[in-house]
Amino acid sequence: MSKIDYWRWLAEPQTRQGALITLLVVALALFGPLLAPHGSTDMVGPVYGAPVGGGLLGYDFLGHDVLSRLLSGGLSVLWMSVAAASIALAVGSSLGLLAGLSRRRLDQLITWLADVSLAFPDLILVLLIVSMLGRAPWLIVLTVAIAFIPGVIRLARASAVSVAGQEFVEAAQMMGYSRRRILFKEILPNILTPLLVHFGNMLTWGVGMLSGLSFLGYGVAPPTADWGLMINENQAGLLVQPWAVLAPAVLIGVFAYGTNILAEGIGRSSARMGEKQP
Amino acid sequence: MNAISQGTTTVLQVSDLRVELAGQVDVLSGVSFSLQAGEILGLVGESGSGKTTLATALLAHARRGARIVGGQVQIAGHGLLSLEGEALRRARGSLIGYVAQDPATALNPALRIGNLLRETLAVHPLQLNKAAQAQRIIDTLHDVGLPHDAEFLRRFPHQLSGGQQQRVMLALAFVLRPRLIVLDEPTTALDVTTQAHILATLRRLCKSQGVAAVYVSHDLAVIKDLVDRVMVMYAGRIVETATRDALFARPAHPYTRGLLAAIPDVAGRRELLAIGGHAPAPGQRPAGCSFGPRCERFRPACAQAEPLLQATATGHEVACLSPHDQPLQRVALTPIAAVATRTEAALLEIDGLNVAYDRQVLFDVSLKLHAGECLALVGESGSGKTSLARAVAGLGENAEGQLRYAGQPLPLQARQREAGLRHQIQYIFQNPYRALNPRHTVYQTLSAPLEHFFGVTGQAARQRVEAVLARVSLPASVAQLYPHSLSGGERQRVAIARALLCEPKLLICDEITSALDVSVQASILELLRQLQRDGLTLLFVTHDLGVVRAIADRVLVLKVGRVVEQGAVDSVLDQPQAAYTRTLLEHSPTLA
Repeated sequence: MSKIDYWRWLAEPQTRQGALITLLVVALALFGPLLAPHGSTDMVGPVYGAPVGGGLLGYDFLGHDVLSRLLSGGLSVLWMSVAAASIALAVGSSLGLLAGLSRRRLDQLITWLADVSLAFPDLILVLLIVSMLGRAPWLIVLTVAIAFIPGVIRLARASAVSVAGQEFVEAAQMMGYSRRRILFKEILPNILTPLLVHFGNMLTWGVGMLSGLSFLGYGVAPPTADWGLMINENQAGLLVQPWAVLAPAVLIGVFAYGTNILAEGIGRSSARMGEKQP
Repeated sequence: MNAISQGTTTVLQVSDLRVELAGQVDVLSGVSFSLQAGEILGLVGESGSGKTTLATALLAHARRGARIVGGQVQIAGHGLLSLEGEALRRARGSLIGYVAQDPATALNPALRIGNLLRETLAVHPLQLNKAAQAQRIIDTLHDVGLPHDAEFLRRFPHQLSGGQQQRVMLALAFVLRPRLIVLDEPTTALDVTTQAHILATLRRLCKSQGVAAVYVSHDLAVIKDLVDRVMVMYAGRIVETATRDALFARPAHPYTRGLLAAIPDVAGRRELLAIGGHAPAPGQRPAGCSFGPRCERFRPACAQAEPLLQATATGHEVACLSPHDQPLQRVALTPIAAVATRTEAALLEIDGLNVAYDRQVLFDVSLKLHAGECLALVGESGSGKTSLARAVAGLGENAEGQLRYAGQPLPLQARQREAGLRHQIQYIFQNPYRALNPRHTVYQTLSAPLEHFFGVTGQAARQRVEAVLARVSLPASVAQLYPHSLSGGERQRVAIARALLCEPKLLICDEITSALDVSVQASILELLRQLQRDGLTLLFVTHDLGVVRAIADRVLVLKVGRVVEQGAVDSVLDQPQAAYTRTLLEHSPTLA
C-alpha cells in the first residue's frame, strides 16, 4: 500500500463524506462522556419526562437524562464493533488467503467449514453462544467476529484465487519465496481493497448486531449506558417520550450510513484505479 | 450515392475527423480518407497511435472518456455521425460491420451459433421470411468456409476452435451484407496457418461482394498480402498513405521505414533496428512534427509547424518535410555470426519428458541445450512449447522425465531444487502486464530476489538495482515507479532485470515479445542478443518464425507434443525437412 492510494481514495467525494460522518460519530462517542451534563446512571428527572429546560432530549424509563446516556453510550458499541470486525478481518483473510493459494485439500476443508457456518443464521449463532457462555464484552466481540469470519474467508479466497493465477505469483514461487511471504507480501496487497470495503460493511453490520443483542437483552448489561440497550429499555415509552428511543437509533443509523458510503467510496476509487491498468 | 469515378463507388468518405479526451486533448485529429467498394485498407500503427480509436469512430463510437467532436463519416451516402438512437443502431451492422480482436470474448458464450446469426438478422429490418433467412445463413457460412449443417448451428462458441470462432465473427459481419467492414486485429490471437486462411477468406469475400474493409493491425508483414492500400498512423495523425506496392517498395515517411526495419523477417536474418524513444501520449505531443524527437532526419523546421499530408511524385501521401524518395534498400542479409561457440558439455539435458493434464501435451521430448546458445522452441498453440518451458523452470505440474542441469540431475519441481541452483534458471513470462506485482514499486520487485538469494540489502542492493536497470536500458528513476505507470516494453525490461539480478545461467523466455509492438520487440531482442554475448544461455519459446530467425542459433519445432524437426536455424528455415515446418514457413507473414 502506498501513500498515493490513500490520497486517491480521498479524492472521491463520497469517501470524504463517509470519513467525515464516521469521524463525527466516533468523536461524539469518544468525547461524549466528558461533555455529558449528568452521569449516565444519575436519576435526575421524572420517568419518561418530556424535553424541557436542562434535559434537551428528555428523561428515560428510570428518569436518567437521555442526552447524558446518549453521549456516554456510544463507546461500548463502537469499540466492540471495531474489535469484532478487525478480528474477523485478520482471521478470515489469513484463512481465505491460505485456501486461495493452496487450492487442494486445505482449500476444501476451509471452504467447507466456511460454508457450514454460513448456513447458520448469524444472530442465532451469537445468541446461542452468548446465552450458553455469558455476556462478558470480550465474549460478545468474539462471537460477533466468529459470525463474520466465514464471509471474509469467502471474499479473501475468491480474490486471492484470481490474483494467485497471475504470473508474478508464479515468479515468486519459482524464486522459492516462502509461502508466508507469497501470501502476505505478494497477494495480500492486491486484495486489500475489497477486504477494506468489506471491513466497512462489517462495522455497519457489527453496530447493528450489537445493538440488536442489547435490545434482546443479551448484550451490555444494564445499567451501563449503551445505544442498543437504550432502545430496548425505553421501548415501552415510545409514544410518551420518543426521543429516548429515536436518538440512539438515529446515531446508529448515521454511523452505519457513514461507514457504508466510506466503504463504497473506497471501492469506487480503486475500481477506477484498476481501469487505468490494461 | 456519392461521386462515381472509374466505375467504382466511394463507399466510405471520412473528412477531418477529430476525437478528443476530456480537456480538449486530441487522440485523433485531421483524419481524412476515402475507400472504394471492394477496396481493403490496412490501418497500421503501434499501440497508442489512435488506430483503434479511428476504427471505432468509423462506427460512430468512442470509448469511455473520449468524444467524437468534429468531422464527417459518410458511408454509402449516409452521414453516420449525425445519426442517433435507433437509426444509428440500424446503420451499425447493416451499413458497417465490425470484427473484434478476440473472438473468444466477443461471442456470447451462452448463445448457439445458429441463434447468434438468426438474432443478428432479426434485429435488422431486412424483410426476409424464415426460409430466406435460413438460406442467407447457409450462404454466409459457406462463404466464410464453415460447415452449415444443423449440427454446426446448434454448437456453442466454446465448442469451436479459435479460427472457427473468428470465422463466425466474419459470418456475423457479412450476413447483413454491409457496405463496409472494420476489423480490429482479428488474427492476433490465431496461429499463422489459421491466420493465413482467414486473411485469404476475407480478401476473397471483400472482392466478390464488393465490400470495402478497414483492417487494423500493428504488423505490416501480416497485412502485406491482404490489403490494397496502407495508411500508417502515428500519434493520432495519418503520416503516410500509399498503395500497397508503393508503400513496401519505397516507404516515404521515416516512421514507416522505422517500422519496416524493426520487423523480423523469416526470409533472412538481419540486424533489427528499433526506433529510439517513445510515442508521445495524447496531450504531450511536441510542437511541430510528433515524430520529430525520434526522427533521424530531424531539421529545425520540423519543430516549427506540424507537416500536413501532401501528395508526392511517387504517388504517396505523406506528412513529412523531408520524405524519403529512394526505393527501400533491403538491408543486405548480413548473417549475424552465431554467438554460440559449440561446446561439448550441454548445460541442460532433457530426456523423455512427458507432461499430461487431462490429456497428454508432451510425448517423450528430449533435447540438449548447450551453454551460451539460444535455442528456439517453435510451435502453434497446443504444441506443448509452453509446457516444456514451464517444466524446465520447475513450474510444471504432472511432468515426468529426467532433467540434467550442468551434469547434475535437476528435480522437476522448483520447490525441491536447492536455492543455489534455483537462481541459475530464470523464467520470463509472456504477459508483462501480469508478471509484475502491481502493488510493488520496481525497486521492491527488483530488490526482493537480491535479499532472498544473496542476502544483499540496503545501499548495496540499491547499487545493484541501478546497475541492472542501466543494463536493460532503463533510467534509474524507474525504480520509484509502480508498474502501472510503465509501458509494456518497459515492464518487460523490468521483468528481464529481475531475472538478471538472480545471476542466471539459463534464461527461459516464454513468448516475451508477443504482447509488444514491433519496434519495442526489436529493442528487446537486441537486449537478449547482448545478454547472450555476455554468456547467457537462452531458451526462447515463440510462435513467430521471424523472431526465431532474428535471435536463435538452433531451433526445435514442436507439433502436438512431439519434436518434428530440430537443427541450426538457417538450415531448418532454408531447407525444412518436415512437412509441418514447411507449412509453418509457407504461412508465416514475410516482407520479402
